[in-house]
Amino acid sequence: MDYLWTRCNNCRRILYKQDIVSNNFVCPACNFHFRLTAIERLSILFDEGKYTLIDQDISPEDPLQFVDNKKYSKRLEENRKKTSLKDAVLNARGKMGGLDVVIAALDFNFMGGSMGSVVGEKITRAAELALKERLPLIIVSCSGGARMQEGVLSLMQLMKTSSAVALLDEAGLPYISVLVDPTTGGVTASFAMLGDINIAEPNALIGFAGPRVIEQTIKEKLPKGFQRSEFLLQHGMLDSVVDRKNLRSYLIRALRLFLNRPA
Amino acid sequence: MNEEKDFYKLEKGIVLLKEKIDGLLLSEDPREREKIPPIKQKIEKKWEKIRPNLTPLHIVQIARHPKRPYTMDYLDYLTDDFMEMHGDRHAGDDPALVTGFGFYRGRTVAFIGHQKGRTTRQRIERNFGQPNPEGYRKALRVMKLAEKFGHPVVTLIDTPGAYPGIKAEEQGQAGAIAYNLKEISRLKIPMVNVVIGEGGSGGALAVGVGDAILMLEYSFYSVISPEGCAAILWKDQKATSQAALSLKMEAKDLMEMGIIEKIIPEPPGGAHIDFEQTFKNVDKTLNQVLKKLESKSPEKRLEERYKKFRKIGVFSEK
Repeated sequence: MDYLWTRCNNCRRILYKQDIVSNNFVCPACNFHFRLTAIERLSILFDEGKYTLIDQDISPEDPLQFVDNKKYSKRLEENRKKTSLKDAVLNARGKMGGLDVVIAALDFNFMGGSMGSVVGEKITRAAELALKERLPLIIVSCSGGARMQEGVLSLMQLMKTSSAVALLDEAGLPYISVLVDPTTGGVTASFAMLGDINIAEPNALIGFAGPRVIEQTIKEKLPKGFQRSEFLLQHGMLDSVVDRKNLRSYLIRALRLFLNRPA
Repeated sequence: MNEEKDFYKLEKGIVLLKEKIDGLLLSEDPREREKIPPIKQKIEKKWEKIRPNLTPLHIVQIARHPKRPYTMDYLDYLTDDFMEMHGDRHAGDDPALVTGFGFYRGRTVAFIGHQKGRTTRQRIERNFGQPNPEGYRKALRVMKLAEKFGHPVVTLIDTPGAYPGIKAEEQGQAGAIAYNLKEISRLKIPMVNVVIGEGGSGGALAVGVGDAILMLEYSFYSVISPEGCAAILWKDQKATSQAALSLKMEAKDLMEMGIIEKIIPEPPGGAHIDFEQTFKNVDKTLNQVLKKLESKSPEKRLEERYKKFRKIGVFSEK
């Protein structure tokens, strides 16, 4: 955000940027939720915005030597420069409402938040850490799905991550999945839909197949609001649609209830 | 790559010879059958010339071959007294996924497989083997039944992918797949997956993981179809062949990556040229793998299953 003024992607109103920032990156006029980076996400969730990043030494490789119009290795480098991230997820630990938690937050700016080996490994490690230290786990998903450039290795991350969050069930540890705009494909078809509760920010696109693929398959226009948070809530796929300004307090309340820790 | 010949053109000579064999098999005169082995040798010779030059796109065409044996064909051969189970107990019955129990080599086994349908009418009825959420939920129901009775599960994978439709989304396609993966990770009975044709992304994965994954020689297992990949990354359908190559989705690639346990050889010309030989090959490997898994304790299997997927992924760590 380099300029003083900006236009809301939704209502097109010109807004003073600081008003958006101090409103959790939500348009004060129309409640449009701007997309957050993983860093911004972590800082609005943890107490006083304080947390410790973990699993920071893991970097992607190019196992298939994948080349489309550009080399995958080149793409990775560009995305690293653009985002200062090594891949599309950050793992962190810290406190929420005084409770120790592990949070993994996906970042759409890094190759569309896609899940390859690194995202799969870090989500798995976050779950394994939660298990080892008996902490609740929160994953904030924001992803176009599996990363094509790592081929079937990406596909297998669906199973790897789903197996990892399954461990928390047996251990009686809470796992809350937060879905933000957009969460589709292989991420929805694995850990993002497997929370003890699944919640979403308003109007987030959430689905398995992308809307364009569906339109091309059925050769019909899709109904308004299709695959949006409110649609998923209506169809029983979510527990709640939560405004960003209430997200932190919602999560703390849920954790307190699950863990029997009244405030 | 555009001058790449269709596999259907390459196999013409072999198909003619196969038709000859089919004719001889119908004959009442047993002496006619003696003519079969030399024809088989001819097929073998032709295949020796074709095989080394097959591209990944050719493999895709073999895996999708309309004459290729489908799940129901395997069930006919492998099982006695197969009884199909229908319905997910929530929304409906999905004809794209066939589930049930049968006797296989002297024991009860639960089978789950995608079914594509042979004729146009069957294909439409089976939705071209693309399951809806009720299919995945039915499959899980049968896995749980198998667990209840202590029978192993064998899945046969052959799908372009999960169906991308309005109703599928409304009824939670993604969640159904995810939930299956989670449940499979702790299913106490042995589970073996055999990729017999197309292993299309999440639609295959939701019933395509377990203790051991076996792949037929000319099948594939991929994160996305080569057509889908070409459209998204190259924005050009002509790049399909290149996408097929880049995705490294053949059995030998997955073997190298440590994702699958065994490659099951196909007869010369591919599975559709000789169903019986294909079934024999599948039977042999499947039985071996199942026996080995059955000799382990459930705890050991679950631990190894977790580790199998835990270690998949390539990254560096400084």
